[in-house]
Amino acid sequence: MTVLVIAEHDNASLKGATLNTVTAAAKLGGDIAVLVVGTGAGAAAEAASRVAGVSKVLVADSAVFADQSAENVAAQILAVVGASAGSISHVLAPATTFGKNVLPRVAALLDVAQISEIVAVESADTFVRPIYAGNALATVKSADPVKVVTVRTTAFEAAGEGGSAAVEQLSAVADSGLSKLLGRELTKSARPELGAAKIIVSGGRGMGSGENYHAVLEPLADKLGAALGASRAAVDAGYVPNDYQVGQTGKIVAPQLYLAVGISGAIQHLAGMKDSKVIVAINKDPEAPIFQVADYGLVADLFEAVPQLAAAV
Amino acid sequence: MKILVPVKRVVDYNVKVRVKSDGTGVDIANVKMSMNPFDEIAVEEAVRLKEAGVATEVVAVSCGVGACQETLRTAMAIGADRGILVETDAELQPLAVAKLLKALCDKEQPQVVICGKQAIDDDANQTGQMLSALMGWPQATFASKVAVSAGKATVTREIDGGLETLEIALPAVVTTDLRLNEPRYATLPNIMKAKKKPLETVKPADLGVDVAPRLTTLKVVEPPKRSAGVMVADVTQLVDKLKNEAKVL
Ligand SMILES: Cc1cc2nc3c(=O)[nH]c(=O)nc-3n(C[C@H](O)[C@H](O)[C@H](O)COP(=O)(O)OP(=O)(O)OC[C@H]3O[C@@H](n4cnc5c(N)ncnc54)[C@H](O)[C@@H]3O)c2cc1C
Repeated sequence: MTVLVIAEHDNASLKGATLNTVTAAAKLGGDIAVLVVGTGAGAAAEAASRVAGVSKVLVADSAVFADQSAENVAAQILAVVGASAGSISHVLAPATTFGKNVLPRVAALLDVAQISEIVAVESADTFVRPIYAGNALATVKSADPVKVVTVRTTAFEAAGEGGSAAVEQLSAVADSGLSKLLGRELTKSARPELGAAKIIVSGGRGMGSGENYHAVLEPLADKLGAALGASRAAVDAGYVPNDYQVGQTGKIVAPQLYLAVGISGAIQHLAGMKDSKVIVAINKDPEAPIFQVADYGLVADLFEAVPQLAAAV
Repeated sequence: MKILVPVKRVVDYNVKVRVKSDGTGVDIANVKMSMNPFDEIAVEEAVRLKEAGVATEVVAVSCGVGACQETLRTAMAIGADRGILVETDAELQPLAVAKLLKALCDKEQPQVVICGKQAIDDDANQTGQMLSALMGWPQATFASKVAVSAGKATVTREIDGGLETLEIALPAVVTTDLRLNEPRYATLPNIMKAKKKPLETVKPADLGVDVAPRLTTLKVVEPPKRSAGVMVADVTQLVDKLKNEAKVL
């Protein structure tokens, strides 16, 4: 029995989400093989071979995967599952925009269900996953021969180093020719990634403008070495780019400390951050629902409180 | 050019659902139901493409119980031309819905299918991708901008690191993210007009699709509750608590 973990990577290195996915894989029993589908991805494959618990790294390296298109990546995964003659019992990927984009294609073409965004492994065929914006947790059992699963990365620790898996080169599938990447606009930031940050400072509509958002929150985030996040309202209003959004339909985070500033605490926002270890809310409205999940609540005007906080830490 | 838009009837996004005490599911009796918000965005996008002269017909499809007719009427009030209900009382999982939609795509031959990226009840985020794979079509998920022209679509997608823009050949599946558009409110005259638009009902068996679920829900529980926190008087007290009590600074 082999658990196939689909690596998320940028060819040069593995994304942290891959390491959390390996930990989920380890809970299933069986060998763990990591599949790296990329273009000039030798360094990422090398990194995968050093992850503790990984017994084999499979690499499909071709220009065909330069865009990381869902069509081509899924086709490669299917080729690997097909060639395994039934020995692959599970296909796992992180529940990031990469995994969510690719894995349902694999499930559909294998004619199996996908189990989305698991937060716990009960057994090799039974998983726990949040539904209704995390307001309920469902335990589901799969009757399919291959389990195709995406993994909520915040629910599993990152696997460590110490492995020395063999790396095996595969032949790459042909280009589907259906899709072409025209360009990417990636947000550049010297700050930690939202998904991996220990501290997150998050701003909502209460910030009032993009200028305020940056002027007020950045000095605090700088002092704390924190990542910056936002509510949907702040993103919709154009204060910050889309990849800052925390919530049911944005990023799921679980840092040591989450500071919600000028965020009311709608269920869709809470869905993305309520597993944080410590939550602090700063809001001028004492009735704001965010205070119901906050460990420490401060009723204050954020424009006074946040600069004071930045000065005090 | 025809656009197909699948729409799902879900618990309204303002409702905080409660888990049933017997652990079999969430209580949706007497709860307000609405169109999945992402699907509303999908309908709006399709209708705008029609208004722009790119599309000629917008067909809304819903799979589920008889009451999904209301969801289809809502789609038609926004501007969809007709509705198809695939009626069943069976539990439908994303793979089954994708197969039903495939059968309808084979019949209706749309050039674009616009789906919501996820439904806010099961939060699965699968159906559009599955449909695209079953059809052998390209996909552009999590769209925040869509332009359609002669045989292709240019779609800007919201991804973890920012944005990316794809060019995909048609026919194709697009799934919507929140910032694609702001759906209009259906006006009363349009709600009235929608009541007269054609609505066809078919059964999964008519489409030759086996919708048997692959996943069995063993139990549904409430997530662990966060214990109530404390209110602090000022920033000094907050910093003290974070340093000495929570020890996170
Ligand atoms: C399908 C769907 C998906 C969604 N997904 C997400 C998601 O992933 N993430 C998400 O965040 N939302 C999501 N939402 C939106 C969500 O429902 C809320 O609308 C949103 O979270 C509100 O953002 P907010 O708290 O910043 O704004 P508001 O609710 O407007 O709150 C602003 C807060 O700022 C406070 N404030 C104002 N001025 C000050 C001041 N000077 N000092 C201190 N406090 C101040 C106010 O008291 C208020 O509490 C989704 C909604 C839908 C329908």
